[in-house]
Amino acid sequence: MKLMLKTLLGFILFGLSWQINAAISIEITEGVEGAIPMSVVKFETRNLPVRLKADISSIITNNLNRSGVFKVLGNDKYPSTPHYSKDVNYAKWRAIGQEYLVVGRVLSKTAGELDVQFQLLDVLKKKQLLGYSFPVKLRNVRATAHEISDLIYQKITGIRGAFNTRIAYISAKIGKTSKYVLQVADTDGFNPQTVLESDEPLMSPSWSPDGSSLAYVSFENKRPEIFIQHLASARRSKVTGFKGINGAPNWSPDGKKLALVLSKDKSPDIYIMNVSTKKLTRLTKHRSIDTEPVWTDDGASLIFTSDRSGTPQLYEMRVSGGKPKRITFEGRYNTAADISPDGKNIAMVYGGGGSYKIAQLERESGNITLLTSDNLDESPSFSPNGRMVLYASTQGNKGVLYMVSLDGQSRHKLSDQAGDIREPVWGPYKKNRR
Amino acid sequence: MNRIVTIAAVSFLLLAACTPQQDEIENQTEESANEAQQEMDGMDSATPIADSDTQASALEDEALSAQELLEQEDSPIASRVIYFEYDSAKVNDESMALLEAHGDFMSSNGNVNVILNGHADERGSREYNIALGDRRAQSVRRILLFQGASTGQIESVSYGEEKPAVFGHDEESWSKNRRVELEYQVR
Repeated sequence: MKLMLKTLLGFILFGLSWQINAAISIEITEGVEGAIPMSVVKFETRNLPVRLKADISSIITNNLNRSGVFKVLGNDKYPSTPHYSKDVNYAKWRAIGQEYLVVGRVLSKTAGELDVQFQLLDVLKKKQLLGYSFPVKLRNVRATAHEISDLIYQKITGIRGAFNTRIAYISAKIGKTSKYVLQVADTDGFNPQTVLESDEPLMSPSWSPDGSSLAYVSFENKRPEIFIQHLASARRSKVTGFKGINGAPNWSPDGKKLALVLSKDKSPDIYIMNVSTKKLTRLTKHRSIDTEPVWTDDGASLIFTSDRSGTPQLYEMRVSGGKPKRITFEGRYNTAADISPDGKNIAMVYGGGGSYKIAQLERESGNITLLTSDNLDESPSFSPNGRMVLYASTQGNKGVLYMVSLDGQSRHKLSDQAGDIREPVWGPYKKNRR
Repeated sequence: MNRIVTIAAVSFLLLAACTPQQDEIENQTEESANEAQQEMDGMDSATPIADSDTQASALEDEALSAQELLEQEDSPIASRVIYFEYDSAKVNDESMALLEAHGDFMSSNGNVNVILNGHADERGSREYNIALGDRRAQSVRRILLFQGASTGQIESVSYGEEKPAVFGHDEESWSKNRRVELEYQVR
């Protein structure tokens, strides 16, 4: 039995009703057993000539809690509200079990520019671990709060933080007149920006590895076609418009190729397109469904979904050719793979019949761990540091986005967005790091 | 009266179209052979409609225009949605009879085009559902072609789960969403 229910304990605590598809929602853990206790004091802003719309400390708090690594104490329980390390009475924070403390302030620098300062303090050692001062334009305060979250996360865990990145997703309103919108937002769901709007379906966004562009499927001409759009300039071009399916574009790690699906030669097969020359190479040739290709981290192979065995399962194939090798054997529905940046794990949709959950497949051992507990979960996408999986679920009559930690223990819904949200994809790290 | 006449005409043509293609079936792939077998089964059940009296009068009757036939509320081609089982593109007997009528209508009306819009229910991954919707449209297409429609008359587009007909999250809704819709255009 390869299927390991690591999260079983949690399910027992909430009753086993998830197994019988009862309409319950598992409580979302606000922090997990073993999460590091810390506090983030509200940043001082009283010397500013304007009021900040973004609350830096609560953005940091939400980020750190969402990671599952930290448990940030509610600020009503704080013994005091210091803004500088010199004002911190470490003993009091130690007495309430805190290991780390973040203090900070926002100062007015020049016209239109702020100075955001923060300090990460080790409560037990009574010393500063990090201290930064950021010159920040008013409109970039949110991004700075995410950047601070990344620095804190990395200092304590040793793993690069992925809060200051972006996600793309499709928002839809379906009815007599339908609207499909491709959007890009911060990782906490805030700051949504529209990339493209259409009356016909938009699907399957894929980030270029440099984060500058998105490939996606648009039905704007009443049939599926694949486009690439440069985000900053909004310049876009159609890359395929063959008869039949044009779908599932996925960018190669070097950014030079797209894996995609075409059915121009009858059944849907996997192709690789050279992005600059548009030259196509056919990779699979099978009368079954072959779809949802994703590149492995080394760019040497693709993992894709095929129902050649009778049920949809994941297969791996060298891009140089050869015979596809089946890699999932547990369960009758394993699809929509995403590969972790280190190449060690695959997140996928696992299920069949009435239940579709997100599972993690450890490639070396073949072990499968369920990460989610709802019945209509789909579109898993790894964070660039591989510690979280972003996915879509259904709540009432609309799609919502969730993030779950790789151990399945911390699961958080992204802030409520308008519309029916689906197909989230986590973008790469931003390049211009301080 | 016109209605009965139409049904009879359709059935008659349907029988006529059936026989000459027998040889071809043998050369098909296994899948096509199965489809073909389904078609044969479907035809058996459709045959009793062909009553010899009405058949005779059908031949004398002036044919209706394609547009008129499409607008008739009670005609055999009034129903334009084919439903499917979970993760399946197999056309059931009832739908087979309906598609025979559509295929025959297309073969006798060369000025008619159809777009087959394939759909899936919301469960599972979206691109796999695109492929499922496509497979459903292709199986409808094969039947229409076998029935005498020409390749130039048929286009297909799969929308996967992107355009549900019904919005619920239960089998009753899902069964209405796993479908192929026939969208006619008269040139």
